[in-house]
Amino acid sequence: MTDTMRNILYFGFVALLILGTGIFSSWNSALFILNFGLISAIMALGVNLQWGFAGLFNVGIMGFVALGGLATVLVSMPPTPGAWAAGGTGILLALILGAATIVAAVLAYARLPVGKLRAVGVIAVLVIGFFVYRSVFDPAVGAVEAVNPALEGYLGGLGLPILIAWPVGGLFAAGAAWLIGKTALGLRSDYLAIATLGIAEIIIAVMKNEDWLARGVKNVSGLPRPAPYEIDLQNDAGFVESATRLGFDPVTASTLWVKLIYAGLFAVVLVVLFVLVQRALHSPWGRMMRAIRDNEVAAEAMGKDVTARHLQVFVLGSAICGIAGAMMTTLDGQLTPGTYQPLRFTFLVWVMVIVGGSGNNLGAVLGGFLIWWLWVMVEPIGLSLMQFFTSGMADGYWLKDHLMESAAHMRLLTMGVVLLLVLRFSPRGLIPER
Amino acid sequence: MDFLNAIVALSNFVLVPAIAYGSQLALGALGVTLIYGILRFSNFAHGDTMAFGTMVTILFTWWFQSMRISAGPLPTALLALPFGIAGCALLVLFTDRAVYKFYRAQKAKPVIFVIVSLGVMFIMNGLVRFIIGVDDQRFADGERFIISVRTFKEMTGLDEGLAIKTTQGITVVTAVIVVALLFYFLNRTRTGKSMRAYSDNEDLALLSGINPERVVMVTWLIVAALATIAGVLYGLDKSFKPFVYFQLLLPIFAAAIVGGLGNPLGAIAGGFTIAFSEVTITYAWKKVAVYLLPESLEPSGLVQLLSTDYKFAVSFVILLIVLLIKPTGLFAGKSV
Repeated sequence: MTDTMRNILYFGFVALLILGTGIFSSWNSALFILNFGLISAIMALGVNLQWGFAGLFNVGIMGFVALGGLATVLVSMPPTPGAWAAGGTGILLALILGAATIVAAVLAYARLPVGKLRAVGVIAVLVIGFFVYRSVFDPAVGAVEAVNPALEGYLGGLGLPILIAWPVGGLFAAGAAWLIGKTALGLRSDYLAIATLGIAEIIIAVMKNEDWLARGVKNVSGLPRPAPYEIDLQNDAGFVESATRLGFDPVTASTLWVKLIYAGLFAVVLVVLFVLVQRALHSPWGRMMRAIRDNEVAAEAMGKDVTARHLQVFVLGSAICGIAGAMMTTLDGQLTPGTYQPLRFTFLVWVMVIVGGSGNNLGAVLGGFLIWWLWVMVEPIGLSLMQFFTSGMADGYWLKDHLMESAAHMRLLTMGVVLLLVLRFSPRGLIPER
Repeated sequence: MDFLNAIVALSNFVLVPAIAYGSQLALGALGVTLIYGILRFSNFAHGDTMAFGTMVTILFTWWFQSMRISAGPLPTALLALPFGIAGCALLVLFTDRAVYKFYRAQKAKPVIFVIVSLGVMFIMNGLVRFIIGVDDQRFADGERFIISVRTFKEMTGLDEGLAIKTTQGITVVTAVIVVALLFYFLNRTRTGKSMRAYSDNEDLALLSGINPERVVMVTWLIVAALATIAGVLYGLDKSFKPFVYFQLLLPIFAAAIVGGLGNPLGAIAGGFTIAFSEVTITYAWKKVAVYLLPESLEPSGLVQLLSTDYKFAVSFVILLIVLLIKPTGLFAGKSV
């Protein structure tokens, strides 16, 4: 069997899984899986760029995804009336002051002579800068958060179309990745892992607590959509007519149609990104990346700047994750910082890449769809399994209740088992690197 | 008088909690650093190993409580601790046999081990959620305080009170005992010395007839004990919640790296560095400042540098600074 045949079989199987969900469950949930599968595939492409091409171990995907989500709010929500006047300039000024403090501290560290003077100087700059920053920042934040706190209480966004937020999300993620890469790349691989794990937690903490930015845990809902609203479609005579002609009732048809529009948009992004990374993989640049991955010392001896190339690929991969994050928040229609969980957003993507086949873009896409399907379906499957096992027990028996309740936690267990099995028996994944 | 009050307030809100938290982090970081030294990878499953050991301990605690076995003024969990350690040891030895051994035989790259440990983390996390659920569990019983605020005030006549919780006292005492035992074991016993030899130079150790599988097994046993003790102490002091244990990974890793990965002494120093920075930076200093500064200078705000939600940021920033300035950690650990 040729590689192409096998790939077609794999993707056909995944298509069958999704179609089967549509036939046996509902088309809405099948399209739901498809949409999130597309997004997951994009995330997996980003991680594959870092891990498969360059061997960089990033466990902060959640943070980059969340930054993409933040971008949707900052770009697409209308600016809050009065908030900018109340404290917007103050916040901006404070942020500039904070950045200036850090720059001054770095300059002081570089310029002052080594010794006590340098330590004292740097600390003095930081402490004074911090208090100046807080004295400007705090009142401004208070003023912004006081503006209509029940509904707004944040600066709002730029009021631009939400599609612009997708590349902006990529830029945000790229910026964060550059900062992390600059510090942690070039050290041992474990350090990058810890550093990314940390930055992801911090990004989430900032998004949860800085209410002026995107309302924190109060969430921003009602993001503008690139697709029409279901209710508008249902009131549109032309749409209702064509739906009934096709034999759908208008309500179902409208929900399906909206999901299909999203699926189309996501598919375009996925195809574009896929072509780009595929071209990159087979270009001299991609060959250089893999050469660096396989033997850093030899690549360095050939005159390749390993750290700079690592930084480059790390930023690019994170940017793709940021784009995916922006798309996901767009699909959700709301930004809920409380729902970002590392197990779901970081480690699940890792399972996708490893299972699909690290180093192979097609594999990453396959892994994205397959594992996402599994992640969604494990819960109902686990529940029916539990029902089967406990069918002999009397209702209300404590073990039965406990087992039924814990079926929801089957997901993590299954993902762990899948990951370990693939790593053990097929370490190169379903579609191995050529 | 004001000065004494300030000191008491400082001890009550900063020193005592930070010492207890630091001991817990140090025990956790010791486990991470031992695995790093002997097995040569960063174990991402460590937080969930802690959670598993703690969960077993909690189950035994409940069983003992139902049988009305108690340790008097001390928490029942201390009686259940050996069983928790045993349960955790069984699990990690099983994972080592079933999972890690294969990759050791293959001499896989460290990063593969790290990814494998991610899988183990998923499974352990799932197991814990499966058995005990995701909710908060409080299992501390017995006497609540060694010194309560009221008795302290009556004893000294100061305005400020000092409370030392039993759990905090137990944490520090246990940590000291465990660390003393560990260092005695590593420095004085034959097995401990062979472990250090293996960690320093694997080939040389193998040549001198050290059995690597035995070293690995002993390491896992010690790590299980350290992880369970750290987890139970943290759970007694605060509360047990699986997700929080997963999140503890960050400060624990930060502590191990700040101290120098692979260096046990460094892990302890790192644990306290992280704990003290976290607590001092997120503490509202107003109470102390009120006693120390003249009335005209009294601060109006809380004088809190960062809100407590950012405590992860603190360990992270310290980690970054250490990585930038001294990548091998405070006590020179393994290679860069």
